Amino acid sequence: MTTNPLLDATGVAKNYGAVAALRNTSLSVLPGEVHALMGANGAGKSTLVKILTGAIKADAGRILIRGQQLDVRSPAAARRAGLLPVYQEPSLIPDLDVLSNLRLTGTPVEPFRRWVRELGIPDLDIRETARHIPLAILRVLDLARALAVEPDVLLLDEMTAALPANLAEKVLEVVRRQGDAGRSVIFISHRFVEISALCDRATVLRDGSTVGVVDIEPGVEERIVEMMLGTRIEKTRVAARAANDVGIAGGGRPRLSVRNLQLGTKLNDVSFDLANGEVAGVFALEGQGQDELFAALAGSIRPSGGSIEVDGAPVKFSHPSDAIQAGIAYVPGDRTEALAMQRSVRENIALPFSAALRKWGPIRMRREQVVVSGAIGRLQIDTRAQGEVQRLSGGNQQKVTIARWIAANARTILCFDPTRGIDVGTKQEIYKLLRELAGQGKSILFYTSEMEEVQRVCDRVIVIFGGRVVDTFPVEEADEAALMRAAYGLPRGAKADVGILAEVKPGSSAEAAS
Amino acid sequence: MTDIATMPQPVSFGRRLKRFMADRPLIPLIILLIILVVILQILRPGIVNERWIANTAKFAIPLAILAGCQTMTMLTGGIDLSVGTVATMSAFIMATQIVNQDPAVAFLLAMLPALLIGLVNGIGVGVFRVHPLIMTLGTSLIGTGFLQVYQRTVIASGAKIPDFLNWLGTGLTYGFPNALFLFMPVAVLIVFMLNRTGFGRLLYAVGDNERAARLSGVRYWQVITALYVLSSLLAGITGLLYIGLIKAPSLSLAEPLVLPSVAAAVIGGTSIFGGRGGYTGTIIGALILTVLTTLLTILQMPEGGRRILFGFIVLFVTAAYLRIVEER
Repeated sequence: MTTNPLLDATGVAKNYGAVAALRNTSLSVLPGEVHALMGANGAGKSTLVKILTGAIKADAGRILIRGQQLDVRSPAAARRAGLLPVYQEPSLIPDLDVLSNLRLTGTPVEPFRRWVRELGIPDLDIRETARHIPLAILRVLDLARALAVEPDVLLLDEMTAALPANLAEKVLEVVRRQGDAGRSVIFISHRFVEISALCDRATVLRDGSTVGVVDIEPGVEERIVEMMLGTRIEKTRVAARAANDVGIAGGGRPRLSVRNLQLGTKLNDVSFDLANGEVAGVFALEGQGQDELFAALAGSIRPSGGSIEVDGAPVKFSHPSDAIQAGIAYVPGDRTEALAMQRSVRENIALPFSAALRKWGPIRMRREQVVVSGAIGRLQIDTRAQGEVQRLSGGNQQKVTIARWIAANARTILCFDPTRGIDVGTKQEIYKLLRELAGQGKSILFYTSEMEEVQRVCDRVIVIFGGRVVDTFPVEEADEAALMRAAYGLPRGAKADVGILAEVKPGSSAEAAS
Repeated sequence: MTDIATMPQPVSFGRRLKRFMADRPLIPLIILLIILVVILQILRPGIVNERWIANTAKFAIPLAILAGCQTMTMLTGGIDLSVGTVATMSAFIMATQIVNQDPAVAFLLAMLPALLIGLVNGIGVGVFRVHPLIMTLGTSLIGTGFLQVYQRTVIASGAKIPDFLNWLGTGLTYGFPNALFLFMPVAVLIVFMLNRTGFGRLLYAVGDNERAARLSGVRYWQVITALYVLSSLLAGITGLLYIGLIKAPSLSLAEPLVLPSVAAAVIGGTSIFGGRGGYTGTIIGALILTVLTTLLTILQMPEGGRRILFGFIVLFVTAAYLRIVEER
């Protein structure tokens, strides 16, 4: 540790209004090092990356590159300083061919070609329009484009996501060799297998602060999980819920049973049951296939394989209305997806009533009024601004999206992160409501990225990682450490053992990326 | 209707007025209409009498019905530019077929192209997702072409205006234009449909947020197909009314009404982006445009100058109206 760090960021902070995205983050990367940046959802990884690459400006802190104070004001400035990111979203302009894209960024063509071959794509036609190139290849091209300008620090955000195994393996190999050649890489990943195979050290973020820097060695994943959890690990061990027993005793047959569900590369062999009267949590890090799972269950996209049964009868949904017919309602996390913003609270709640062709006739206004005000009362929606939903607060808007399906008396509600961005009071009300609904025999599938919510609301939790169900456990066992381990794909109950890190050799690590 | 974000501090008169207008968007429109009538009366004292009112109504009604078609389609974020062609086709076919056909048969024949064009529009927009502007413009051109072919084949038969349409188009009963017998039920039906039926709700919902409608189980193509068929049938009926008013069948009979019908809906407060608006505003919008035309006619300007002024006034009124009514 005598060498000076190539990149040294200290005390970086960033506030969005009253919300602190970063409090006190530091990151120090040595020359020739592959450095992992880790943290749970919302820990501040992406904010830090944006600051380092000049996309946004920090409120406080100091960033040194090769010991020189640097004011990265724009992505171009970061580039000049030798800091180059490769983001999760492909960055080639879709309507230009690859060559024009290279010219646009001033990337030398020959080195680019060499890197492309190196990365396992021998036959790329650089006259091909980017739009027609598959996503996995595009990501590799992004990497090759970054490598071609020989940056001092390469910043890779979930580089192996969406890559097939053979490409992922090549990518990891190349990244490793970058380190050996004296360049540095900041490697953001949720996959311990990759990190153990690739990285020298890891910086762990929690709640916007750097909580530790560790050397990667066998068994370190336990420490990293602990750091990501922080003091919260002491907390909670939830008692079994009374409503749970009532509900499951109520119906022997599961309300919803999913078998071997397959959806492209996003979902892989997903199977689980949802019982009547149960709130089943789905817990996952960002982008592990939960979006696709909910969309498939809601009838928005068609799965490419597997089966869904409702009350024991197989179903095939080709439109959300099929799912609604089967009593399955979907509450998206993004309220702008669910609400007609210029219309009234009443119309928004009553919308599903008119959807079917035979309901297009005159509306029985008085009956509708009774049903709607019942739902409004039940959710305690503030109706002072009910003329237009867009005038409501976020929490009240979210209540409207749920009230709609209470009014429609849906038997199963798929709630996708329903408490995103709403105030604490409303969150509590929503938790209570979901429990009440379960108490009435309804079943709820509840995706959340907040561990606390799992314990508050769910009877059982299904953990998804890389498009697979990696674990399912009752809420009593779902303490934060267990959830976090499962969400990162670590096996249950292997704490003191050698762990998976010891078994992984660099070459075989790519299997996990498929 | 108070905005919960507003602080309870004293609100200026201008702001209060704006809020008042925003909640009752019809009021500024009615005020504008009255102003126009007053100007007309000042320029030509005595012109505003019973006969003038009946006459204005007669000319405003076909425009108002076509503007109804625009209102409904615009609520979903669409537009129906084929209404002019459809109206012309119905009128022309009616006038030629009535010569040797039973009136009922002639009526059905006249409505057939309306049904077909509406269906094609609806399927094009709803299923194949062609932009409504292009779709309805295309079917409009196709319809005009067919009408030209049709005209050649029936050139021998001649044309006449059926007595009933004459009565409906120009007749008066106790000083009221007979066209009101058609218009009143149509207007009531449209208003009722938009506010009190499931279909009406869906038009607003689809136009406001199609994805939300879909997640609520709404099948977009069903709504859109039904909408464009309805719009086309209304346009066909308007054609029959209009031929009774104009009395000279031609291949471009109702074309001049198309853009004013869009303008009437926009002036009436219907958002071209969908989800916002209503038919009562549109009716007043149609009246405003009709009175404006009269006003420009009596100024005895040359045709070109009249059009320029008309265009400017429509732009100005729409922009001003949106400023008054929009809250943001």
